[in-house]
Amino acid sequence: MSASAISIKGLTKKYDGKFAVAGIDLEVSYGEIFAILGPNGAGKTTTVEILEGYRFRDSGEVIVLGDDPQALGDKTYTWRERIGIVLQSSADAGDLSVRETVHHFAKYYPNPKDPESVISLTGLAEKADDKIRNLSGGQRRRLDVALGIIGSPELLFLDEPTTGFDPEARRAFWELIKTLRDEGTTILLTTHYLDEAEALADRVAVIADGKIVEISPPETLGGRHLAQARISWVEGGKQHERFTSTPTSDVATIASRMGGEVPELQVIRPSLEDIYLQMIGQSK
Amino acid sequence: MKVLRLGLLRGRLEIKQFLRQRESVVFTIFFPVMLLFIFGSVFKNTIAPGVTFSQYFVAGMIATGLVNSGFQQLAITIPMERDFGTLKRLHGTPMSPASYFIGKAILVTVSTVVQIALLMGFGAAMFGLDMPTSAAKWLRFAWLIVVGSACTTALGIAFSTVPKSGRGASAVVSPIVIILQFFSGVFFVFTQLPKWMQDFAAIFPLKWLTQGMRSVFLPDSFIQQEVAKSWEVGRTAIVLVVWTIIGIAVSVKKFKWSNS
Repeated sequence: MSASAISIKGLTKKYDGKFAVAGIDLEVSYGEIFAILGPNGAGKTTTVEILEGYRFRDSGEVIVLGDDPQALGDKTYTWRERIGIVLQSSADAGDLSVRETVHHFAKYYPNPKDPESVISLTGLAEKADDKIRNLSGGQRRRLDVALGIIGSPELLFLDEPTTGFDPEARRAFWELIKTLRDEGTTILLTTHYLDEAEALADRVAVIADGKIVEISPPETLGGRHLAQARISWVEGGKQHERFTSTPTSDVATIASRMGGEVPELQVIRPSLEDIYLQMIGQSK
Repeated sequence: MKVLRLGLLRGRLEIKQFLRQRESVVFTIFFPVMLLFIFGSVFKNTIAPGVTFSQYFVAGMIATGLVNSGFQQLAITIPMERDFGTLKRLHGTPMSPASYFIGKAILVTVSTVVQIALLMGFGAAMFGLDMPTSAAKWLRFAWLIVVGSACTTALGIAFSTVPKSGRGASAVVSPIVIILQFFSGVFFVFTQLPKWMQDFAAIFPLKWLTQGMRSVFLPDSFIQQEVAKSWEVGRTAIVLVVWTIIGIAVSVKKFKWSNS
């Protein structure tokens, strides 16, 4: 068994002569939540579908749970027992109920989770006997997640799992993902929501135009922790501005100098979003 | 064995889904019975000593039943499952494709048997269809159903790779089935069709299935009315087996789990 759950070296994939993935290297450790963050069309889904064994790469090396997903041979089914996949979109005809579907999928796996507890864990308990066709978009997505985790996967792929969720459902979903992490599940997540990557991921790869721009923990992404804060205020009828890495003591100094309230005082740190937009903007 | 166990589970699930889709139940099971009722009521003329067109038509409709339940049903529903992402999701699980196809075969078998039983029941009650008169004919009936189902299932799976989308599938598949019904001696007496139509139909399984079903349900004296002056049982078996092999080969080579 290799040291990493996922190991990618020099991965490329072209469609119609254009690179969708243009040379990606990354390692995901066991037990880690790893997010691939990027705009639409950046190559996130292509990369993930190569890891899942749905697509074949043009070049590079890929090892997932110790095996190459496009050269599994008779290991295919034992390998698939160990992974869970939540695809980007699915819309089953929906003539089965949530309960029937989850119980049925549980039978595909050697060590499934209890279907009833998966149904309540994904917040579908009240809808368990409803036909899938009668579920809302968010509820269907939760069913996708339920079917992705029913087999107790060691490695879970989530491709934009919360698209179309309301804020409350997203929070609930994040809690679910943290529960899975606590159970030791390795999770690879793609998202175009920054706050999602920030809330969940141990590490984030920002990807744009098929290339990795940066891999780092969310709190240091784009040198965010080093970025200077901007202080602005009005003193002597004039607008002042200063960039500093010690904004608290600077404000204290200004305040004592001016003897009290500082007019129009602002302290602004770059948000993750500012940094992210800058990063994906630069790659173009 | 896991493949078989999951195949049986898939079969149960397929039947459950089938029964909940009102359109498919109506289209696959009741539509042929309605057609039988209409045609059988309109064309009551005698076409040979002791044989009415209604009886001839019932035999043809039973053969069509195999094509409806196998070829037509699968070639329409599989592209829809592909569009919906159902197939892609299944492909990502440890369930083997073999289990999926076993499930489909179970669905086809069950819907075929139900449809044929209904057609035979209606045919006997309303249009004087005689049940097969000897053990040999029952046996032939049985293998025609088994081999015919295998053939139309294999061809349905193979043809499911042709429609570009689930929505367009029935527009591609239904006309083929209807044209073959006209050409193969279901709606008209085969010998009254132009020679080129007969020759064309003889390439495809439906003509042989209708002829086989006539050999089961019509008196042997009707042989004189057949083009070959024979039931051509052996040739029927060969044609069906060859098409089954073609269907399996194409399925294995071309089957796709998703559109992209």
